[in-house]
Amino acid sequence: MSATALRERDALVESAAGDSPGRAAWRRFRANRTAMAGVALLALITLFAIAGPWLSPHDMETNDWERIQIAPTLEQSHWFGTDANGRDLFVRVAAGARLSLLIGLVTTGVAVLIGVLYGAVAGYVGGRIDQWMMRFVDVLYALPLFFGIIILVTIFGRNILLVFVAIGCVEWLTIARIVRGQTLSVKQMEYVEAARSLGASPSRIIFRHVVPNVLGPVIVFSTLLVPTVILVESFLSFLGLGVQEPQTSWGLLISQGASAIDSSPWLLVIPAAFLAATMFAFNFIGDGLRDALDPRDDS
Amino acid sequence: MSEPLLRVRDLSVRFRARRGSVHAVNGVSFDLVRGRSLGIVGESGSGKSQTCFAIMGLLPQSAECTGSVRFEGDELIGAPRRTLDRLRGQRMSLVFQDPMTSLTPHRTVGAQLCEIVRVHDGASAAEARRRALEIMERVRIPDPERRFDQYPFEFSGGMRQRIVIAAALIQRPSLVIADEPTTALDVTVQAEVLRTFKAVVEHAGTSLILVTHDLGVVAGTCDEVMVMYAGRVVEHADTSTLFAAPCHPYTRALLACRPGLDSKPVARMPTIEGRPPDLARGEPLGCAFAPRCSVATSVCEHSRPGLRELTQTHRAACHLLEAGQ
Repeated sequence: MSATALRERDALVESAAGDSPGRAAWRRFRANRTAMAGVALLALITLFAIAGPWLSPHDMETNDWERIQIAPTLEQSHWFGTDANGRDLFVRVAAGARLSLLIGLVTTGVAVLIGVLYGAVAGYVGGRIDQWMMRFVDVLYALPLFFGIIILVTIFGRNILLVFVAIGCVEWLTIARIVRGQTLSVKQMEYVEAARSLGASPSRIIFRHVVPNVLGPVIVFSTLLVPTVILVESFLSFLGLGVQEPQTSWGLLISQGASAIDSSPWLLVIPAAFLAATMFAFNFIGDGLRDALDPRDDS
Repeated sequence: MSEPLLRVRDLSVRFRARRGSVHAVNGVSFDLVRGRSLGIVGESGSGKSQTCFAIMGLLPQSAECTGSVRFEGDELIGAPRRTLDRLRGQRMSLVFQDPMTSLTPHRTVGAQLCEIVRVHDGASAAEARRRALEIMERVRIPDPERRFDQYPFEFSGGMRQRIVIAAALIQRPSLVIADEPTTALDVTVQAEVLRTFKAVVEHAGTSLILVTHDLGVVAGTCDEVMVMYAGRVVEHADTSTLFAAPCHPYTRALLACRPGLDSKPVARMPTIEGRPPDLARGEPLGCAFAPRCSVATSVCEHSRPGLRELTQTHRAACHLLEAGQ
């Protein structure tokens, strides 16, 4: 690290002296340029997802029979070109962004909720209940993810909701393990004992004294989980098990683009670039959060 | 006489270990009258802390606790968790040794104090805040209004311990158990915190059990003293009696090890030779202190002395007392 950077850092540490742990972490996070670049990138993509369809005169379902599979051009506002059915790719990528981000965030949210509750309860209660709860996690863990999803899809038919559920059902397992491990160490802390000695019930201790103190690693993990989930969804759609036409997601767009890679590479490159950019953004943010939430970075 | 505030009878704590069990506390009995303060002294591993945890019902699941603890007429050993939750913090509370780790790090001290009031009394936020500020003032935290919204790490060790004491006393319990409340603090801060603690306890009319290995702290704070060794009570008396006329050889040896202001500087501090018995190997057959005792006889090695009442306020467990010495 250069001398200026060190000085900047010292100044930061000093100014952080009177802050709450959360504010101090936020300060460290903001000082991390890569992470802030990730936030900016993600903000742009989100903006594109929300505003994209309004910016274009086209809509995602209308076929432009005059211009089928044309390259990106300013003419007729087909900024990203059109696909094999003459539909505007710009609007379709934006619509795909909506769905992919939604799946990523909602599924991660569900996974975090279940995982944190399950892991904290198992870790705090301990003993035989903990053993059974974690063995159950092990069993689910052992089932192959895609096999399970494919079975679900074959039984219940193709449905986006099912994709949410299937991915969420698998991803909470890791979170439960992380949280349980953290809980085991936090529950040894004297402040948990102190809370008990002052009459706090187990549920109060779990939610007020244990969960907030184990949330750091969970936050980091979940930022890295969002791109994983988007990727899984993309893979499922690529296989034809995920999103249904005319709705679309990045995975579906990439799948369709891949089949036309020789004649019109932009159909593959553009959605793939968006997916990759989102992955990068989330990973940068995750790394930044990990550094910011690690108290050892203070010294 | 009416029932005392706390009546402990034949309290024993065993920890299941891989080989056999550790006999941490063995048949401890004592009474504590309302408003009195009791000091429990003994070296590390003598069972003084485990006695307190047993009274509070805070022993880990691996511990086996037998005997009887009656507190304000209620039996606590084997009481359901809900009963204990309602009681802890409200009618009896515990002050922990290390103020650095006994406050939740991510919440303001004000929030942590208010939580106790709200859990037990279901008080409004404003009422809880008022009570928290009041107790902060009482434990002499300067500028409580500002301190209320600060986090534990913004407090010094002494100030944190004041918060911990405030948390223990905010509901005006009838009994406070303090497990070496000042050991983790600087010596200069110790006296100050202890004085505040004592003042608050007396003001609230709360009974106190003070666990410590510092005889000076006991002398300045407690009405009576109980000396423990290897999980048993070896002597229990009024503070003045115990310091003036200790009966048990262990108590005498402890007192002899105490440096005094008027004592001449010596090259080596006096110590008690040897180590306490390893309670994981089961209790020794005779007097646990016999191997280290300077006046032990052959009787001491084979039979365990029982607690004998010397006067109404003085008990000791030693064979030599029975021989009339």
